[in-house]
Amino acid sequence: MSMDVDVIRKDFPIFETPANGKPLTYLDSASSSQKPRQVIDRIVRFYETENANVHRGAYQLSEMATAAYEGAREACGRWIGSPSRNIIFTRGTTESINAVRFTWANQNVGAGDEVLVTEMEHHSNLIPWQLLTQEKGATLRHLPIDDEGLLRMDLLGEYITERTKLVALPLMSNVLGTINPVAEVAAAAHAAGAKVVVDAAQAAPHIKVDVAELDCDFLAYSSHKMCGPTGAGVLYGRIELLEEMPPFMGGGEMIREVWADRATWNEVPFKFEAGTMNIAQAVGMGAAVEYLEALGEDAIRDHEVRLTKYAMGRLEETGAIIYGPKDVSKRGGVVSFNLDDVHPHDLSTIVDQHGVCIRAGHHCAQPLMRRLGVPATARASFYVYNDERDVDVLIDAMAEAKGWFA
Amino acid sequence: MVRLSLEELYKEVILDHYRAPRNKGRLDPHDVALERNNPLCGDEIELFVKFAGDDVEGIAFEGKGCSISQASASMMTEKVQGLPAKDAQLVAESIKRMMAGEEEGDVETLGDLISLKGVVKYPVRIKCALLGWNTLLEALEEGGKTSS
Ligand SMILES: Cc1ncc(COP(=O)(O)O)c(C=O)c1O
Repeated sequence: MSMDVDVIRKDFPIFETPANGKPLTYLDSASSSQKPRQVIDRIVRFYETENANVHRGAYQLSEMATAAYEGAREACGRWIGSPSRNIIFTRGTTESINAVRFTWANQNVGAGDEVLVTEMEHHSNLIPWQLLTQEKGATLRHLPIDDEGLLRMDLLGEYITERTKLVALPLMSNVLGTINPVAEVAAAAHAAGAKVVVDAAQAAPHIKVDVAELDCDFLAYSSHKMCGPTGAGVLYGRIELLEEMPPFMGGGEMIREVWADRATWNEVPFKFEAGTMNIAQAVGMGAAVEYLEALGEDAIRDHEVRLTKYAMGRLEETGAIIYGPKDVSKRGGVVSFNLDDVHPHDLSTIVDQHGVCIRAGHHCAQPLMRRLGVPATARASFYVYNDERDVDVLIDAMAEAKGWFA
Repeated sequence: MVRLSLEELYKEVILDHYRAPRNKGRLDPHDVALERNNPLCGDEIELFVKFAGDDVEGIAFEGKGCSISQASASMMTEKVQGLPAKDAQLVAESIKRMMAGEEEGDVETLGDLISLKGVVKYPVRIKCALLGWNTLLEALEEGGKTSS
């Protein structure tokens, strides 16, 4: 089934409002996606007809709110091939990764141990591990990438040792677009007795993610990058680990029984959901999953592969340097590039005059920028509402920028 | 003042200094050398200042980054070279107030620099335009030349 972008675009009210007086050309979905009416309406309907706190009131309205919230958990699990029991709602990927840091990792990583990340980390899958290893007297190591932005799998054996307790890596890079062979890394990690945390912030919105196939121990993703609202995200955890782990935050809802000086914990996953959660946002995230399911994971991927190939071809014609894998089957719809003498910030400001939104900067990946030897890149990223016409508008706007600087 | 379009801002103000920056390079000997950057964008400048009494006798910069950051630094060195330090400080503070939208910008004090006001329309770029000026203020302070 192929996708009809004209029909899809009508689902997204944002495109009705001009940007700088021009039709909006939104090429920054890797940062945050736009929201379809179906998701916006679901959140409104929740507030208008189902709103109450969850898991608390013994009245019908609270039961309706709870059903909506737990239905969303079901959907968010289904999206990554997991039962809902393994799904913990968080504020987003960053909070999910930090939750692992303060629970499992805090208990299981000690002095002399090693945590392995990669050279392509987003800061949110780097800083928590810097903080943890510094606090514990452990060592943080970085699996190198090659010049095309692929992980140096040939070095994996050197980087995973008997001291490695945790391997944390992205399924898809937010700068290079690289899709990493996570299952292969997980096999090597498990053979050495290490656990695996997957940052699926970029992958979950765009490619099929299956926690069983990846064989990971933890996986994090965000609602706002996949047509859902901000303020919601998921931490998936293997059930045995979740059962044994200490709670993340303490407060209401995560407890079973409380005495003046101690408490016992609620069952998984509620043990990890302290206080009143972002209920409406979680419900919205569930609606986003349903929206994407209706489009079809395979159709989304096919569409983005075609568009990415087109964009890389057209960008190449402009003389831009493109970072990341050349082979589109190894990458997602995130294309970072630099155009001659036009600094990414200048480029971004200039194309914005044409209603084009691209990202410019270090993309929360400063060590990767250093590895690439550039202070910044421009980045165009694609989603279900983009097509070749958006790329053409970008290329024309870039030609103007190039002209100014020539 | 007529508001510049982005194209005019670039073509009439920024690109000339970006392509042919004034006082680009190291200055040796110098009294103060300061390296500053905008962590968010990666714009960098290293500023060298030499004083003669209370005057800015020599000033030069090294740097890389977007055209607005580098052009503004170039314009800054051209303007304050040879000025008494206290006048250089006044200009820098006046530019900062203009960029913050606190004042219109005084043609008497700023001369051609008034055209930098075109950047105010692009809020994310204001810090690019101010990198050189903020570094100058720090350098004057480090040289013991600032008055409050
Ligand atoms: C690869 C990657 N990891 C983590 C994050 C952080 O996600 P969030 O800001 O939703 O917590 C992002 C988002 O920019 C990302 O691209």
